[in-house]
Amino acid sequence: MVTGDNEGFWSAAEEGRLVVQRCAGCRALHHPPRPMCPDCRSVDLGWEQAVGTGVVYSYALLHHPQHPAFEYPVVAALVDLDEGVRLVTNLVDVEPHQVRIGMPVEVAFEPTADGFAVPVFRPRGAP
Amino acid sequence: MSGRLRGSASIVGLGQTEFSKSAGRSETRLAAEAIVSALADAGLPVESVDGLVSYTIDPVEETELVRSVGIPEVRWSSRVPYGGGGSQGVLLHAAAAVAAGVAEVVVAYRAVKARSGARVGRAEVSGRASSSHAGTTAGQWCTPYGVLTPASWMALNATRYMHASGATSEDFGRAVVQMRAYAAANPNAHFAGRPITLADHQASRWIAEPCIRLFDCCQETDGAVALVVTGADRAADSRAPVAVAAAAGAGVFEEEVASNHYRPDLSVMDSSVALAAQLFDEGGVGRDEIDVAMIYDAFSPILLMQLESLGFCGRGEAKDFVADGHLGPGGRLPCNTNGGLIGGGYIHGLNLTGEAVRQLRGESCNQVGGATTVLVTSSRTGVVLRRG
Ligand SMILES: [Zn+2]
Repeated sequence: MVTGDNEGFWSAAEEGRLVVQRCAGCRALHHPPRPMCPDCRSVDLGWEQAVGTGVVYSYALLHHPQHPAFEYPVVAALVDLDEGVRLVTNLVDVEPHQVRIGMPVEVAFEPTADGFAVPVFRPRGAP
Repeated sequence: MSGRLRGSASIVGLGQTEFSKSAGRSETRLAAEAIVSALADAGLPVESVDGLVSYTIDPVEETELVRSVGIPEVRWSSRVPYGGGGSQGVLLHAAAAVAAGVAEVVVAYRAVKARSGARVGRAEVSGRASSSHAGTTAGQWCTPYGVLTPASWMALNATRYMHASGATSEDFGRAVVQMRAYAAANPNAHFAGRPITLADHQASRWIAEPCIRLFDCCQETDGAVALVVTGADRAADSRAPVAVAAAAGAGVFEEEVASNHYRPDLSVMDSSVALAAQLFDEGGVGRDEIDVAMIYDAFSPILLMQLESLGFCGRGEAKDFVADGHLGPGGRLPCNTNGGLIGGGYIHGLNLTGEAVRQLRGESCNQVGGATTVLVTSSRTGVVLRRG
């Protein structure tokens, strides 16, 4: 669901860029993005491109229930970006049972069924 | 806040419908039936009700409820944000209203048709147009990735918990076997007469690997539960009052229920840590006073996580606490004696409160002898209930 508070993230993704919200007031990074900085109450918030590397903080192989828009098992993961924020995402280009907490990953972009591009992650160094 | 409310309100009535896979009637009717039953149990007329409280995700409209049950005047009403994580918040709200004198007789209720209506665990991509999870972090950031159900939200936390604690699927299974043993002895439970072994648990299919199997999940249920709350003075005339000794809520309010993915350490339920500080430290209740605990077990991993975060055992020790039988009869913390949400049914946690009332009245199917103090928690909200 695209809203005024998150559209910058998804429109950057469509251009193949991973961005994180940065507060112009105190320079803190925030994800998920929000309309006010919880650290300094500034509403001057912008988007900054992330390097796109991080590590797997946690994961789960989702088997049931199944929705036709996805392939199963869905490899769901939490990735901690090197910038220090965490994303809910999918892992690609990896055998599901090889996924491990702490695995280094890098961003990739995958088209979705309804035409959006979403940032996903693959093992770092994978082709 | 919790200290100020200490003992000022009591639960005087408990009502519920049957729990089934298909109630064959509307949520409004289920709520109405449970409320009428609870008022009969309390010995109070419908006309005495002047307060209502439920969850924001409850589908029952107050207008329809009032005109069905025939409540002449509602002076105060409220809803606790989101779903089961706020379940015990209805008692905090009710007790606060009674203590403040804005209502005298408050009915707290929850009606669900999770089984035959919009199933909570069924994968849906479009959020529902209610104040459920549609516009919140879970919906916005999980849906594009196929993370569509409460089990899949919670699995991301549970895998991290396994990593931090060394707990395994078998460790979760041992808790499930205990829930199912309690349920087996409870004729009103979803799994009445159907205990399982650890091997059965391990043979059940993966929902979310490596942490949640089918048997780790609560049972989506149709049904309703209602509780009648009134002031301690008025409660003295009732058949079997249960005092709300402490009530607390909110905790760390970054999560609805199972979609907290952004706190620094997800192997800890920060909301339960905050809740325990309110109930035990500020509320003046000792953990060693708790005779029976009702702990929200929508999925078995969060039962172990809450045992640690509430301080009943140390970090990483819940697996040993469970394996040593402490959740069972005669254990240090007999837990979810109705079979929990996993074995008993899933009325979003309010059925756990009902079982707490039965324990304090000496009417549980798995009665803990001499139980005088019962804890009921659902991650970010909780109550301590006492006999009398
Ligand atoms: Zn700031």
